[in-house]
Amino acid sequence: MAVRRMSRRSCFGALFPLALAGCGRAAEAEQPEMWIQSTLVPAGPHAGAVSTLTWVMVIGGALIFVLVIVLAAAAILMKPERRRWMTSRGFIIGLGIVFPVATLTVLLVYGLAVNRSLVASGAPIARIEVVGERWWWRVHYLDETGGIRAVSANEIRMPTGRPVEFVLKTQDVIHSFWVPNLAGKLDMIPGRANAYRFAADRPGVYRGQCAEYCGAQHALMAFYVVAMEPAEFEAWLSRESGPAREPTDPFLARGKAVFNESGCGACHQVRGTPAAGRVGPDLTHVGGRRSIAAGTFPTNIGTLAGWIASAQHLKPGNLMPSFGNLQGEDLRAVAAYLESLK
Amino acid sequence: VKDRARDVPDMRSPPEGDVTEYPNPIPRPPGELEELKRVWDSPKGIRVLSAVNNNYVGLWYVGTALLFFVLAGILAVMIRTQLAQPELRLIGHELYNQLFTMHGTMMMFLFAVPVVEAMGVFLLPNMSAARDLPFPRLSAYAFWAYFVGGLAFFASLFFGLAPDGGWFMYPPLTGTQYSPGINADFWLLGIGFIEISAIAGAIEIIVGVLKTRAPGQSLDKLPIYSWAMLVFALMIVLAFPAVIVATLLLELERAFHWPFFIAEKGGDPILWQHLFWFFGHPEVYVIFLPAAGMVSMIIPTMARTPLIGYRLVVLALIGTAFLSFGLWVHHMFTTGLPQLSLSFFSAASMAVAVPSGIQIFAWIATIAAGRLQMKTPTYFVLGFLFIFTLGGLTGVMVAMVPFDWQAHDTYFVVAHFHYVLIGGMVFPLFAAFYYWAPVASKRPLSETLGKWAFWLMFIGVNVTFFTMHITGLMGMPRRTYTYIAEMGWGSLNMISTVGSYMIAAGVLVFLVDLAKNFRPFQEEAGNVWDAGTLEWLPSGLYQTRSIPIVTSREPLWDQPRLAEDVDAGRYYLPGAPTGGRETIVTSPIDGNPQYVLQVPGPSWATILAAFFTAAFFIGLTIQLYIPAFLCGGLAVVSVIWWLWQTDPGPADPERFDIGGGLVLPTYVTGPANHSWWAMIVLMMVAGACFACLLFCYFFLWTVRPDIWPSAEGPLPPLALGLGSAVLMILSSAAIWAGGRMLARRDERQGAIRLLLLAGIPLMVGGITLEIQGQLAAGVVPSASGYSAVVFALASWQGFFGAVLTLMALYTVARSMTGRLNAVRRSTYDNMQLFWHYTVAQGVIALLVVHGFPRLLG
Repeated sequence: MAVRRMSRRSCFGALFPLALAGCGRAAEAEQPEMWIQSTLVPAGPHAGAVSTLTWVMVIGGALIFVLVIVLAAAAILMKPERRRWMTSRGFIIGLGIVFPVATLTVLLVYGLAVNRSLVASGAPIARIEVVGERWWWRVHYLDETGGIRAVSANEIRMPTGRPVEFVLKTQDVIHSFWVPNLAGKLDMIPGRANAYRFAADRPGVYRGQCAEYCGAQHALMAFYVVAMEPAEFEAWLSRESGPAREPTDPFLARGKAVFNESGCGACHQVRGTPAAGRVGPDLTHVGGRRSIAAGTFPTNIGTLAGWIASAQHLKPGNLMPSFGNLQGEDLRAVAAYLESLK
Repeated sequence: VKDRARDVPDMRSPPEGDVTEYPNPIPRPPGELEELKRVWDSPKGIRVLSAVNNNYVGLWYVGTALLFFVLAGILAVMIRTQLAQPELRLIGHELYNQLFTMHGTMMMFLFAVPVVEAMGVFLLPNMSAARDLPFPRLSAYAFWAYFVGGLAFFASLFFGLAPDGGWFMYPPLTGTQYSPGINADFWLLGIGFIEISAIAGAIEIIVGVLKTRAPGQSLDKLPIYSWAMLVFALMIVLAFPAVIVATLLLELERAFHWPFFIAEKGGDPILWQHLFWFFGHPEVYVIFLPAAGMVSMIIPTMARTPLIGYRLVVLALIGTAFLSFGLWVHHMFTTGLPQLSLSFFSAASMAVAVPSGIQIFAWIATIAAGRLQMKTPTYFVLGFLFIFTLGGLTGVMVAMVPFDWQAHDTYFVVAHFHYVLIGGMVFPLFAAFYYWAPVASKRPLSETLGKWAFWLMFIGVNVTFFTMHITGLMGMPRRTYTYIAEMGWGSLNMISTVGSYMIAAGVLVFLVDLAKNFRPFQEEAGNVWDAGTLEWLPSGLYQTRSIPIVTSREPLWDQPRLAEDVDAGRYYLPGAPTGGRETIVTSPIDGNPQYVLQVPGPSWATILAAFFTAAFFIGLTIQLYIPAFLCGGLAVVSVIWWLWQTDPGPADPERFDIGGGLVLPTYVTGPANHSWWAMIVLMMVAGACFACLLFCYFFLWTVRPDIWPSAEGPLPPLALGLGSAVLMILSSAAIWAGGRMLARRDERQGAIRLLLLAGIPLMVGGITLEIQGQLAAGVVPSASGYSAVVFALASWQGFFGAVLTLMALYTVARSMTGRLNAVRRSTYDNMQLFWHYTVAQGVIALLVVHGFPRLLG
């Protein structure tokens, strides 16, 4: 696969809360923090509550497991007269019925409480519609009336601090929307719109991935969530809803021309240009997004050129054909043009 | 004519303790044993394939299931190899998606369910000292259908045609729009067909456990394994119909565009998920319960003491089965269901931990009460306790809704269910292989190789799957053919892959052990563990020389001379007085002998029926329709040939003394008859399928009430619905009148035939009226989810109408050839039961389809 330079420390330390401080994020200068995709490194109240619940259950489960193993070992190894107490019906009823009923009831009450705390109330700070596609994500930023303010793909920007409502739909088969560091997953089901509210505590970049098997390229259907301060988000969104940048030099202009001549606009939209296709991802601001091909490659001229020329080789079975006929300067020009669409 | 079942002698109080008076004197007459051997001997040479005896079919069945275990295991190792490092390109997404679909599907449908049924076919008659199962040809049919169908299904991999929609086959991904190839059809037709084989086996097991036991083996003396198999088979009967209906509907959608699951047309993909998991969750316990039953047999023997908490364990088995039907929604926690139903199913999912807890502590208590011998079966049982307990605890974790939102469809879940299934089923099964091998083989399996196999598998399973808990929590989703290096999952995956090779090595050691030591169909190694239950009695193909009276749960421990006396022929039925195969049929609760069943012997009809049934389904899948329907016709002919030899009437002698003055008839009808029970179970299956179809009707209504007709239509006039119901009820009346006449004046065969023949057009007319009425009202099946489900109900009834037509014609043929009279009337009785059931089903369907929209107004 092509070059990718998203350096992050892969870290086992993510498993241990104490080690979290120095782990989980590999900060780069002037870039938002990049978080490793993990349920155990929460960055929002939703994932945080579940993470606590996980640790409670892991520790409780481990204790019960040790108890069972110790009892089994005692039943085999202790002197017969000292293990007689284990042979009564009371032993079976006590440990097999009373004990699990008691512990499970406590756990259930705790779980329901966690569950309730996750159902956010009050108006969301923003509403974002995400539509699952084979195998990428269409993103609509909605206004108060449900109209579309901006269209994007494979990257979701959200304001921090308060819950954002995600309206989850699908264009084709069932997908599942999942950002492990922020919240659990929720399916995107034909004929339904699932609403999901969760918040990000602080700015950062979080990776998400499709969690319901959706066919050929389910494995390479990821996205990034970029959480920003609310004011910064608002400013970004008004830029994002605007048209694409015009080319600033002849090379980029050539790229734009080749893009339109090659029929890219049949599937892709670049607002402010003749390209108005709705089948594939909106490319109006593709250069400003972190990844292409749904979280598969970082966005740069090299990966864009590679993707255009051999999409079928890089992500076999995806719905974009390889444009092998685009070569040399033409290919570089198109890639540079797209990269310039910040 | 009075009910012949009432002629049966009463045997409430069998003798206790060591017996001094035996039913039959010794020495036995010369030639008796030779006759018994001759009658039960298997055909020689290639004709051995026509054998139907449970010893043969059981072992072939287990062997085939093991073959699929190994094949599906190889697929798993391929999957693990591809995932060993990030971005490997050994296996592309196309093959990979087929591999994980096939691995899951084969392990569930071609290994787990068949192997526990197979072990049941082999062990159950042994445990009850029955000479065979009540329907040996049915188990042979189930086996051969599975064998041929399973191999054809597996072969699809070699042509790139294997299904690739996941073992759960969620539409719309598996609908024609997104899966236009025939890969999905292989799953739907192949698995649909193997489910039918599983149901055939389940019917056999239910009737076998309830009706063919040793005299005195009342339900409270039944080995726990038999209890587990009874519960298991009942669960299959209730759970499998859901997936049969689901596959049927999806295939109808694919073939004829009836949009059950297409949202734009008023279907709903979630409907599939409900049906699939209503089967899919009980399925897990379907696999686990027989394994738990095996453990409850092995631990007492190895600890040299009876199981502590027998009644609690039986209750736990029943409780597990009951609860398992109430928690399917926990596979759907992430679909966006209402909070209230999430909470309910979360609680139910946790509650199911209780019966498992009861069993685990009953086993620990039993171990504490005795002295555990550390043999290979013991190792596997202890390994099971370790792995299964861990899997159970992670099961409680994923039952918690908020946790499941994170863990669902990640490697955490993969880890969880492999712990449950490998721990809960594969380890007990291997324990069972080592434990019961001496019942089947001349030599026991090797203790040395067995321990090697155990340690490799035990360490391998923990290395492979414990790691996956972490991989999953670190965010790796399931069913992904690759992952990028930056995710940091590389080392964890490498560890899992190494572990999977260890498991494979362990299975290989076991296979070597089998090749070296397993020698079936010869003299048996015998009671090497000094166990207490009846399968350890000395036996041949005829099972035991004579059939003992059971007075306790561990007869061989409580009656030290039992084995010797049984083998000397001192107990019941020491020969073969009718000159054919026989076994004793007992009452379901107390185990009182009721009659001597004439057991069918070797037959080619069953193999041919199975082969042609398989060919019919394979032909449909690969779209060779003409050969397919030819084979379908031949399958029907073979089944009729097979049936023709059943319902033999009283034997010669009509009734005889099986020992101790206990005179039993050789033929009875009514509720004492074994086939009556099988028909009742079959009606349960049909009823469960029908209930699923009704569920579809009401479920789709809740999703899309707007497409339902109102009282104004489009609905056929009420008169047509009423007319259809009246015609069907009249057909039932004709069949009922024929039955009365057969009982009272069976010389009037002509009139009986006329009544049978009158029943056919009445039934068919009733169904046609409904279909015509719907079409005339403008309801077209491909138009919407509503019309599709209305036609699904009508077609279901139509299928039953076709079967009843065949049954009625068959009964007429029995009458014309003199095989039907007041005594010999099981065929008529069973047909009549099925007829009345069908009419009841049809009337209910009409009430719903015509009444419900009018009720809504």
